[in-house]
Amino acid sequence: MTDEPETKGTSRRAFLRGTAAASAGLVAAATSVRAEGADPLITEIQPWAQGFGDGVDATPYGLPIKFESDVVRRNVSWLTADVISSINFTPIHALDGTITPQGCAFERHHSGAIELSKDDYRLMINGLVDTPLVFTYADLERFPRESHVYFLECAANTGMEWAGSQLNGSQFTHGMIHNMEYTGIPLRLLLEEAGVKPEGKWIFVEGADASSNGRSIPLEKALDDCLVAFKANGEALRKEHGYPVRLCVPGWEGNMWVKWLRRVEVTENAVESREETSKYTDTLENGTSRKWTWVMDAKSVITAPSPQAPITHGPGPLVITGLAWSGRGTISRVDVTVDGGKTWKTARLAPHSHDKALHRFYLDHLWDGSEMLIQSRAVDSTGYVQPTKTELRQVRGVNSVYHNNCIQTWWVKSTGEAENVEVS
Amino acid sequence: MSKFRNLVIGTALISAMAAPVWAEKIGLGRPALPEEIAAWNRDVSPDGTGLPEGSGDVLTGEDLFSANCASCHGEFGEGVGNWPKLAGGKDTLADDDPLKTVGSYWPHLSTTFDYVQRSMPFGNAQSLSPDEVYAIVAYVLYNNDLVDEDFVLSKENFAEVVLPNAGGFIVDDRETTELPIFTREPCMENCKQTVEITAHASVLDVTPDVQDDTAVVAEPAAEPAATETAVAEPATAEPAVEEPAGVDPALAAAGEKVFKKCAACHKVGEGAKNASGPVLNGVLGRVAGAAEGFKYSSAMAEAGANGTVWDAATIDAYLADPKGFIPKNKMSFAGLKKPEDRAAVIAYLAGFAQ
Ligand code: HEC
Ligand code: HEC
Repeated sequence: MTDEPETKGTSRRAFLRGTAAASAGLVAAATSVRAEGADPLITEIQPWAQGFGDGVDATPYGLPIKFESDVVRRNVSWLTADVISSINFTPIHALDGTITPQGCAFERHHSGAIELSKDDYRLMINGLVDTPLVFTYADLERFPRESHVYFLECAANTGMEWAGSQLNGSQFTHGMIHNMEYTGIPLRLLLEEAGVKPEGKWIFVEGADASSNGRSIPLEKALDDCLVAFKANGEALRKEHGYPVRLCVPGWEGNMWVKWLRRVEVTENAVESREETSKYTDTLENGTSRKWTWVMDAKSVITAPSPQAPITHGPGPLVITGLAWSGRGTISRVDVTVDGGKTWKTARLAPHSHDKALHRFYLDHLWDGSEMLIQSRAVDSTGYVQPTKTELRQVRGVNSVYHNNCIQTWWVKSTGEAENVEVS
Repeated sequence: MSKFRNLVIGTALISAMAAPVWAEKIGLGRPALPEEIAAWNRDVSPDGTGLPEGSGDVLTGEDLFSANCASCHGEFGEGVGNWPKLAGGKDTLADDDPLKTVGSYWPHLSTTFDYVQRSMPFGNAQSLSPDEVYAIVAYVLYNNDLVDEDFVLSKENFAEVVLPNAGGFIVDDRETTELPIFTREPCMENCKQTVEITAHASVLDVTPDVQDDTAVVAEPAAEPAATETAVAEPATAEPAVEEPAGVDPALAAAGEKVFKKCAACHKVGEGAKNASGPVLNGVLGRVAGAAEGFKYSSAMAEAGANGTVWDAATIDAYLADPKGFIPKNKMSFAGLKKPEDRAAVIAYLAGFAQ
């Protein structure tokens, strides 16, 4: 509608009747519903307008209404041998805003989501410290607390797309991400309690589950913004996200955000555990691999329209929307193209820009009903511009597995259906 | 990021950074006891820090691997189905589809020790003694043609083993190789003359179908609109369990928890299939070694041929001591020590008819 300034000021009724010749296509679409005469949903008394709905307490902890039952996490079963060590995907194609509800925020476990109570929870700080310490959950609740919004992206998000277009849907190509408001205590405070010795240069963090998922983190990051979190989006962490306590490592790859955090060891060197050697290292074309690729590069994706969220309303006003994020700061701008990258328009960023958090963008587009090749391109606060797939491949080849932050293309057909494609 | 890399590589700045750590303390928590630290502080570093006393040889490792690991990783570490491969892949790292294993990819042997000791076998982690881990790691080296069959690995000679890809890693260099290229003024107009579609996801079509997340691979291209707007059952729906008469529901519920120990290998419920272990629907009353399509060990097949039928008593005996009840069967599982756990899991299994 922003493209139709001439309709401004005219009544909505006149607008729908088609006073503006230029918007003929749009009018056809918008009026099709009322062409058959009066709408019985309006003229007839509906059961919900006459009887009762559920009383309070019908669901002491509410779930989404049944009409939304397809908005759920999904997995891709051929990716892994078993659901115990596996991954599923956030239904980003069906969400809006920036906060991901915990109940549909993607899961990645290495030996299943364990049930660990607050009473049974212990956190140990050991290694190169003056006094190795043990904290209970109740102890943690007494430290000065902070709240921050952060995205968590698995380094393998979009990893299936290195060699070619594979999965049809933003949930599957970009859904290893979520964004929550975490409440917890700065890891720095716990390290200060134990007193880090001058030789300490790294920490090694591990979880209480059977995989333990140990990772090494440079001490400077640990002292900077790592958060020992126990709440997300206002409520306790869900079991699958590490209840009762997980680590947040803002802007860095999700595997480091150890769930069921049970131990922080101060060390002189990196432990080089399985999760930082066999996995989460990025093999380049010549067979050499990068290690310690922690920070997540700036990235964006159009969540709708997309293969799982086709256009069903015909030509006319169309909301193109998506998400953008950067592990190096905030998003300063997102551009959108509908012609495969020949020309770009700057999208509107929704307010509330947080450091190392998801940003929502909108482009209000008047669709003429012809095919589109739609892409989004993020620019972050350091001036880094999200690269194309071709540009990334030139530097990294196609065997990197992780850290694929390329521009994504959806081919929207004139039927409104969309497909994951690559363009020249 | 430049700050970080300098810190990681050099050391000069570190002590300056650590200074705020000596700030005032809040006084929460209690000192960790030495035996508590010993119980949890088991990580092993590349220089051997953290290795326990002990040793193990290749042949002992072969038996242990066969008993504890082979049902998923294969007798030679070649991997069963989709489970990880632990051997092979030499000189493939620059290929289109590199095979990354302990032998071809891992930089340090400490990582194998550390990971096996803390996280394997899958579903029964931390059950191996240090000597057993040394033996298994020696066997994994042997399978990668890195040691001879008379090799003995110990704390003492551990650091002498250098893996082939030890020099194959560089520290993240995006800051010099990528940021300068990708930090630029974005093009807005006339950015390219032509645009062609060069690849389609529908060609491969490996996207899960919403109705049936298990049948994915060779389906013809589905219309996204049609499949995605249909209301699907939430993926978390529990299989419907019918309680036959005579099963104590509380016991069966307890058994559901116990079954988590089995779930990595065995599936039950609607649509369950053979996994690395045979499907257990209808196992009560079934002849041993009789799940259709499962490749049993000859020991298990023989037990069936000799008339072993699974009922509460035989499953109980089997789970109490898997290798004792049917010697040489290939279930890589230590068993359930507590009789109440065995009773509970049997009650749970009784709820799944054929
Ligand atoms: C029930 C199946 C199963 C059994 C039995 C099992 N593993 Fe594993 N193993 C796995 C799975 C699954 C993974 C990957 C886990 C993950 O990614 O979180 C794995 C990973 C590994 C890896 C790392 C592979 C890589 O490339 O990163 C090693 C090494 C390993 N296992 C060794 C062993 C050893 C030794 C044993 C026996 C003591 C064993 N496993 C028993 C399932 C199994
Ligand atoms: C590491 C994988 C693994 C785990 C864990 C495991 N099993 Fe098994 N199980 C197997 C394999 C493999 C076989 C087939 C053995 C053979 O062919 O020798 C088997 C066989 C069986 C059988 C005989 C089935 C038949 O068709 O003859 C039963 C019963 C059984 N397991 C029950 C259990 C129970 C109950 C648990 C958990 C308490 C469990 N298993 C844990 C792998 C496993």
